[in-house]
Amino acid sequence: MLAPVTHIIPLTTIIRTRMLPTAGTIQVRSGDKVAPADVVAETTIAREHILIDVAHALGVPPAKADRLIKCSRGDKLAKNAVIARSDGIIPRSVKAPREGRVVAIGGGQLMLEVGETPFELRAGYPGIVAQIIENRGIVIQTTGALVQGIWGNGRMEYGLMINLAEQPNHVLQPADVDVSLRGSIILAGHVGDEKVFRNATDLPIRGMILGSMAPSLVPLAMQMKYPILVVDGLGRRNMNMAAHKLLSTNEKREVAVNAEPFDRYAGTRPEVVIPLPVAQEPPLPRDLEVFAPGQIVRLLRNPRQGAVGTLEVVRSVPVILPNGIKAVCADVRLESNEQLVVPLVNLEVLG
Amino acid sequence: MPTSLIEGSSLLALDIGSTTTRASYFDVVDGRYRFIAVGQSPTTAAAPVNDLGQGVRQAIADLEVLIGRRLMDDDKHLILPAQPEGTGVDNLVSILSAGPAIKTVVFGLLSEVSLESVQKLAHSTYLRLVDVIGMNDNRQTHEQVDAILRQMPDLILISGGTEGGASHTMKKVLEVVGLSCYLLPEDKRPAVLYAGNQDLADEVKASFEKLVPMLHFSPNIRPSLEIENLEPAEKELASMYPRIRQRQMMGVEEISALSGGKLFPTSFAQGRMIRFLSNISEKATMNVDLGASSTTVSGAMGGRLSLNVFPHFGLGEPLSGLLRHTTIEEAMQWLPIDISADIVRDYMYTKAMYPATIPATTEELAIEQSLARQILYLAVRQALGNLPKARPPRAGLMPNFDPIFASGSVFAAAPTLGQSLLMLLDAIQPTGFSTFILDQGNLLGILGAAAECNTLLPIHVIESGAFINLGAVISPLSNAGAGTLILRARLTYDNGEETMVEAKQGAIEIIPLVVGRTGNLRLEPVGRTDAGIGFGRAYRVDGVQGSALGVVIDARGRPLRLPSDAARRRELLKKWLWTVGG
Repeated sequence: MLAPVTHIIPLTTIIRTRMLPTAGTIQVRSGDKVAPADVVAETTIAREHILIDVAHALGVPPAKADRLIKCSRGDKLAKNAVIARSDGIIPRSVKAPREGRVVAIGGGQLMLEVGETPFELRAGYPGIVAQIIENRGIVIQTTGALVQGIWGNGRMEYGLMINLAEQPNHVLQPADVDVSLRGSIILAGHVGDEKVFRNATDLPIRGMILGSMAPSLVPLAMQMKYPILVVDGLGRRNMNMAAHKLLSTNEKREVAVNAEPFDRYAGTRPEVVIPLPVAQEPPLPRDLEVFAPGQIVRLLRNPRQGAVGTLEVVRSVPVILPNGIKAVCADVRLESNEQLVVPLVNLEVLG
Repeated sequence: MPTSLIEGSSLLALDIGSTTTRASYFDVVDGRYRFIAVGQSPTTAAAPVNDLGQGVRQAIADLEVLIGRRLMDDDKHLILPAQPEGTGVDNLVSILSAGPAIKTVVFGLLSEVSLESVQKLAHSTYLRLVDVIGMNDNRQTHEQVDAILRQMPDLILISGGTEGGASHTMKKVLEVVGLSCYLLPEDKRPAVLYAGNQDLADEVKASFEKLVPMLHFSPNIRPSLEIENLEPAEKELASMYPRIRQRQMMGVEEISALSGGKLFPTSFAQGRMIRFLSNISEKATMNVDLGASSTTVSGAMGGRLSLNVFPHFGLGEPLSGLLRHTTIEEAMQWLPIDISADIVRDYMYTKAMYPATIPATTEELAIEQSLARQILYLAVRQALGNLPKARPPRAGLMPNFDPIFASGSVFAAAPTLGQSLLMLLDAIQPTGFSTFILDQGNLLGILGAAAECNTLLPIHVIESGAFINLGAVISPLSNAGAGTLILRARLTYDNGEETMVEAKQGAIEIIPLVVGRTGNLRLEPVGRTDAGIGFGRAYRVDGVQGSALGVVIDARGRPLRLPSDAARRRELLKKWLWTVGG
C-alpha cells in the first residue's frame, strides 16, 4: 500500500520553486548564490478595476464613444488624463479618475486597472539558483536538514533558532516570551494561551516552530505577522521525538521557516530548512514509499498519537481492532519498546 | 446446468473517491450479472503523486489478485475489450468525486427565482460557491469583476430571464462575466454553463466562444416564474465535470478516454440510480452518502430527482469548518461516553488533516459516529426543502421515503450493522415505514454509471443481494408521554408463526426477521398515533423481507429529542445501542 511520507531528514538536498503571483522580472541568473532575504524577482499587482462608461458620460451612442476614446489597450494613464472628448462647440471630456492602465475598451466603455503595487519575491532559502522560469520565478537548490510540519499561517522568515523546548512535552507560557528572544525564531512545544502570540508580536520575534497548538488559536495565529509552523498537529500533543531531536540539536543555527499552508492537492507543506554545508551533495528526499518492514513511522491517531516507531510487519489479513473495526494493519515497535497493531491508514513514513 | 440467457459482457467500474479508489468487477454468472469483487487503493489525486492513474492501476492490480484474471498488460495498460484467452474486460465505466470542490460563481436575476434555481443546480455536484451575483447585488460592475478576478473560479453558471422575457438586465450580467473572463489570464479562465433566457444563447455563443475554454448551453432552468427545469442543466453540468477536472488533475483524461466518455460525477450517477429505482417501485426513494470530502442527499419521486451535494459536510477535510454550521455541544450530543469538548475538537482537526485515517480506539469511534450523526442530520435538514414533495406527516419532519439507501465508510465499516442503522435513524429521523439498505460496496453510483452501457446489469446486481438490508423501520408519531403504549405490531412469519410487540413512546423495539425469511406485518396504532398512513389508522405491510435487524420500531418520537442532562442522555444512548445489538 502506498504510504504518505513526512520528511524529517538530518541532511538532504532541497529543491524549491519560488513563483511570482503574476508575470514579472527575474533579478537573478542561473548559478547565482542567494541569501534568504535577497529579492529574486519583481512584479506589480493591481487587483482593482474601474469601469468608465464613456458613452453615458458624453451622451453619445456606444459605437461613437468608442471612436472618441483617445487611448488604447495597454496605455498607462495619469490621474485626470483625458480618456475621450466629444465634438461640438462645447466639448465634454472624460478623464481618468485615478492613475492606471487601460485593460479593455468596447461598447462605449473603458476599464482601467488601478492601485498597482510593487511586489518583491524573496529567495526565502539560502542556496544556488538552479533554474530560471521565464518571467515567473526561480528554482533554488540547497542542502541541509528538513522538517515538514502539518499547519502553517502562510508567512515565511529566516533567522536564528532558539530552543525553549527542552522536552517534547514542553508548553510555552506567556512569561517565557521575554526580550532575550527578540529577533529570533522560537522552537517550543505546545501553545494554548493566546498571550504567547501577542507577547511575541510585541518583542517582536521572527518566527515560531511549535509541536502543537490549541485549535482555538488558529484565527489569531493567522493574523500574526511572523511565521507560525506546527509540526505535529492542532490540539494538545507532544512534538514527535524525531523532529524534536533534529530541531533541538540544531539550536542556535540560522533556519528558514516557510509556514505555507498544507495543501494536499498542490503539494505544499509548511517546513523548516536548516542550511548545512556539505562536501558532497546528499540524495533528494523520497516522496513516494510503499509500507515495508524497517521503515520509521509516525502514528497519526490514537492510541499513542504522534509516537514514532519502527514498522515490523505488514499483516496480510485484516485485523479486528479493540473497537470492533476491521482494518489492514501493521505491527509497530515504538521507541519505548511497546508493540502496537496499527491500521496502515493511520501511519505515515518518516524519512 | 443453467444456460446464460444474456449475451454477457464483463464490466470494470472505477469509483474514484477523495480518499479511496475502488475497482469493481461484474460478470455473468448463471445467466445473470453479478458483482464479483472489488480491489482498492488510496486515491492518488493529491501530492506527491498528483495522478489519479496510479491509484486506479493499484486498485485494478488488487482486483486482479482477487479474481485471478489479468486485466492489465505488462505496461499496466487496461486490456479493453476482453481477449479470447481470458484476459481483460469488455466495458469500463467510472465515477469520480475526488478533488477539491470546484470553485464556482453563479449568476442570476431575481433572488427567489433564477438565483435560487441556479444555486440548486450548483448543489447537484461537487461545487463550492465562492460568489453569488444577482440583480439585487449592491456592488458596482467593476467591484463584481474584481471579486471574480480575486476568486479565480473554475466554473461560472449563468441563469436568468424567463423565456421571451426582457433581456436588457441579462446583458448586464453577461457584461460582468465577459469582462472578468477577458481580464483573467488565459489558462485561468473558467468553464461557463449558460442556462438562462434562450433568446440570448446566440449572443452568448458569439461573445464567449473564443473567450473561455469550455462553453456549454442547457435549456433555461427557469423558463417561467412558475416552472423550474433543472434536469437538462444537471445533465449538462455532469458532462462538463470530467473536463473541468481534467484541467485540475492528471489522469482524468486517460480514464475518461478509456471509459469512452462514461465518466460521471458520483453524485449524478447515484441520483440516476435512485430515480430509476423510484420509477420501478413507484415509491419515494432516498440516498445518503456520507463521504470524507462531501455529503450527498438525494431523493426521487414520480420521476423527479433532487440532488443535494454538500462539500462543507464531510468526515474528512470539511471537519475543520464544521463548527461554523453547528455547535460543539450539538456535535457531541450523540456521544454515549463522557469525552471532553477539547478532545472532540482535537479529533476534528486531526481528522481534517488526515482524512484517510480511521478510529482505532473505542473513544475515537464514539466521536466519529457522533460527528457522522450530526453531519448527516444537518445535511438532511438542509436538503429537506429541495426533496421531492412527498407528504411530510408534520411540518419540518422528514417525508416518508422507502427505501432509504446509505453509503460511506462510517456506516459500511461500523463494527456492527446495528450501529450503522442507529446512526442513520438518529440522523435522518424517518417517518412511517422505511426499509434501510446499506450500500457497503458503494455500488449505487457504479450501477448508475453502468446503466449507460448495460441496462440489465444494475437490476441483476440489485436483485443478487449485493446490498445489505439493514431493517424495515416503522417510525410512529405520537404526542403521548414517555412510556405510554402507542403501537402494536404483529409479524406473521412465512411459516405461520407470529410475534407480537407493543411499542411504548421513547423506546426502540425489534422483531427478528432473518435474511431469507419473509413476513406480513400488521401495525395497529394506539390512541392518536400515526404509524405512517394517518392518525389512528391501522395497516398491513405484506412480504416484508428478512434483514440484518429485522423489523425495527423506532418509537422515540419525531423530532428526536435527547435529554439535556448529559448523564441521562448517555445512559439512554447506551440503552438504544444495546437494543440494536451493541
